[in-house]
Amino acid sequence: MSVSYRPATFDELLDLMSEKELIPFAGGTDLMVQNAAAGGPKFAGDVVFIAHLPELKGIRLEGDKLIIGASATLSHIENYPQVPQLLKNAVSLIAAPALRNRGTMGGNICNASPAGDSIPPLYVLGASFKLQSRDGVRVIKADEFFKGPGKTDRRKNEILVEIIVPLKEWNIEKYRKVGTRAANALTKCSITAAAKVKNGRIDDLSIAFGAVGPVIIRDKNLEKKLIGLTTSDLKARADAILKDYSALIVPIDDQRSTAVYRKQVCLNLLREFLEVDLGQ
Amino acid sequence: MKQKIPFILNGKDVSLQVDPLKRLIDILRDDFSMISVKEGCGEGECGACSVLLDGEIVNSCLIPVGTVAGSSIETVEGIRDSESGKRIIQAFAAEGAVQCGYCTPGMMVGAEWILRKYKNPTAEEIRIALSGNLCRCTGYDMIINAVEAAVKGGEL
Repeated sequence: MSVSYRPATFDELLDLMSEKELIPFAGGTDLMVQNAAAGGPKFAGDVVFIAHLPELKGIRLEGDKLIIGASATLSHIENYPQVPQLLKNAVSLIAAPALRNRGTMGGNICNASPAGDSIPPLYVLGASFKLQSRDGVRVIKADEFFKGPGKTDRRKNEILVEIIVPLKEWNIEKYRKVGTRAANALTKCSITAAAKVKNGRIDDLSIAFGAVGPVIIRDKNLEKKLIGLTTSDLKARADAILKDYSALIVPIDDQRSTAVYRKQVCLNLLREFLEVDLGQ
Repeated sequence: MKQKIPFILNGKDVSLQVDPLKRLIDILRDDFSMISVKEGCGEGECGACSVLLDGEIVNSCLIPVGTVAGSSIETVEGIRDSESGKRIIQAFAAEGAVQCGYCTPGMMVGAEWILRKYKNPTAEEIRIALSGNLCRCTGYDMIINAVEAAVKGGEL
């Protein structure tokens, strides 16, 4: 039977993490389902509850960055005024209110599901993660943190403490999640895209796809080729751009959808972003 | 490893010696006889086990009891005798919002949460607030109407 710890302070949590191998448990909305068993959940190891620690819960502004505590609930993030709209859109479509009242962004990140809906906006917004242990603090960029389904760069003694989101000015944003129904549906695929367009010219651009690869798909080199072009250039080159992205989008067949469907929907959504959203 | 977990259940201080990883839904039903709390899916997708945790709606099937130490838990057993609880029950009956009844306690917890959160919720806000509560009988319209009727049933 697993032992559970409830450290009284953040310091105590870091000590526990350095002394033992523990499963950090924040909202638990994924962990309780993954480890469900008759008579109560069975975990592969001992568990440490972290959601009650105030150091991990807050959301605050620091200059041109938004700092989201890893245990801030999805509801808190959804309702916090300065949270970028793209992230709000994605978070507000995760599951349903009861789950968003418990689920945390840190949990969504460390669970590292390719279908984790808060993650694509973090790629697009250029977020990074602050991890802390008795060995010190590390800050890792979102697109370097994820290693595969359920796999991250987090070391066993580390706690994800904060998500750092640069507040940049985008004037065109698109988030679209495709699922079976509006609430409580896991994502078949999603697009998150943002651009800064000035006088018809693309000053900045960022595009990510969720649930169509082992990790979120974003290609900065492809984006660089598009920055500087005009919106009419993009429209004219849409077919070629779709071809480039088609090579990156590598979904699988599973119980939620098929690879063929997922890829086609992603490319359709990308076309819509290039031709309709950017064309406005 | 059992520990003493104190919390507030429907306004009363309670505590029990229990494995903190046990699910809140099982504690509520088995140790405190709060059998309004139903298990549908056990995965946080159906809302039949909804309770209020420090005033916010949550799925009690996804919560280890050790994480609610010191918190306040409310179920239909605690809500039904309040002014708003009576209004909700009356509205559900009048609008035909109950058929098989399995989702009803979760829906009523959701209704109570809405009444506390919004002064004049729109039908859209009610639908979003109840989007995690599944009903396979009514088609939802009667439930939404019942919540609207409970909202209109006078000031708290």
